[in-house]
Amino acid sequence: MELDKRILNGDKRACARLITMVENNEKEGIDIVKKIYKHSGNAHVIGITGPPGGGKSTLTDKLAKELRKRGKKVGIIAVDPTSPFSGGSILGDRIRMQDLATDPGVFIRSMGTRGNLGGLSKSTQSAIKILDVYGADYIFVETVGVGQSEVDIVKTVDTVVMIMVPGLGDDIQAIKAGVMEIGDVFAVNKSDLDGADKTALELEMMLDMGFKDDKKPKVLKVSSSKNEGVSTLLDEVISHMDYMVDTDKLQKRREENAKVEILNLVEEEIMQMVLGKTKTGQLLDEISKKTALRKTNPYDGKDIIVKSIKE
Amino acid sequence: MERPIRVLVAKPGLDGHDRGAKVIARALRDAGMEVIYTGLRQTPEQIVATSIQEDVDVVAMSILSGAHNHLFPSVVKLLNKEGIEDILVIGGGVIPEDDIPSLKEAGIAEIFTPGTPTTETIRYIKENVKR
Repeated sequence: MELDKRILNGDKRACARLITMVENNEKEGIDIVKKIYKHSGNAHVIGITGPPGGGKSTLTDKLAKELRKRGKKVGIIAVDPTSPFSGGSILGDRIRMQDLATDPGVFIRSMGTRGNLGGLSKSTQSAIKILDVYGADYIFVETVGVGQSEVDIVKTVDTVVMIMVPGLGDDIQAIKAGVMEIGDVFAVNKSDLDGADKTALELEMMLDMGFKDDKKPKVLKVSSSKNEGVSTLLDEVISHMDYMVDTDKLQKRREENAKVEILNLVEEEIMQMVLGKTKTGQLLDEISKKTALRKTNPYDGKDIIVKSIKE
Repeated sequence: MERPIRVLVAKPGLDGHDRGAKVIARALRDAGMEVIYTGLRQTPEQIVATSIQEDVDVVAMSILSGAHNHLFPSVVKLLNKEGIEDILVIGGGVIPEDDIPSLKEAGIAEIFTPGTPTTETIRYIKENVKR
């Protein structure tokens, strides 16, 4: 049977193989994604983001188990960083999800960022669609541990769960621009530690000053290691989806997400055109050298490159 | 771009010595591979389920408990049961020389014992991946 039909039938190996093909940018794989795309859009896609060591994987594990109790099929995409030097990576999120490995209703895939900077890899979007067609009711997308500006997740999913932990900074950190703006639900994890109430309060105060939609995101305290507050958090995530469906915001958000995805693909293609042209590539090397020696500057360099592309 | 080789580094069995597995994971990372590291105490069923979902090229297992004669072949058997023939299965750890021939017969492609330079393991993987 063909790969697309096997995925529609919920075949795990077919699903895994197609994700690999897309990750490796194989044309055959991309053609299959084009074919199955119309069958996607049914899953609720949930982003899990937060600082390194904040408990994203453990919380994802617990949320997935809660959904399994409710009889739902779950997909998980866990992204970890790729080395900028060797191109290799250690993808270790599964360590926190051991019992889920053999659950027939769960599919977990680890991905390296492969040079992408926004907290995800560039094939994450397609991997979501593949898991959606494969039959996942809920898909978790766990980002790399984020600092202040990895916000790609908000343009990729339906609901963003921003995980915070006690003791990382004061209320000024909370009102800075960037990752703190993207949460649809805030979870203060490790709430059994000192300072959780203060962190939750600071988040509430930040949100009192304004938020992106007309629904103020909830701040919930959880302890994923003790499995406390997880069910309430899941209810809140689902209620965010209900709110978006009721207010027609879901369509708008998915339009925005599609726009970003298309623009990223366009950008990638243009970059390949630029760097693929041997003449432009050589020119770039020359100009970079001159710029480093201060014989020219990046702005004039840009003009030369653009002129060369137009030729 | 050349596609990175995906390797599952797993520790089957009940011993808690994961230093070797971590050294290998790090060495493979530095050789440009994507290493899925699942940690301690994996059952053969978990290892096979993970290999399928992660679509790995290689399963690298480390064992120091002495249960290699049982656990390594069970993983190969389960993979074959799933109809998977294109994954390279290798093992490492404190494994007596005498056990190696029967392990190879059971489908473990190569066994790396203590003292093997990581460069040797990397070379072996690069030369022997099946797809």
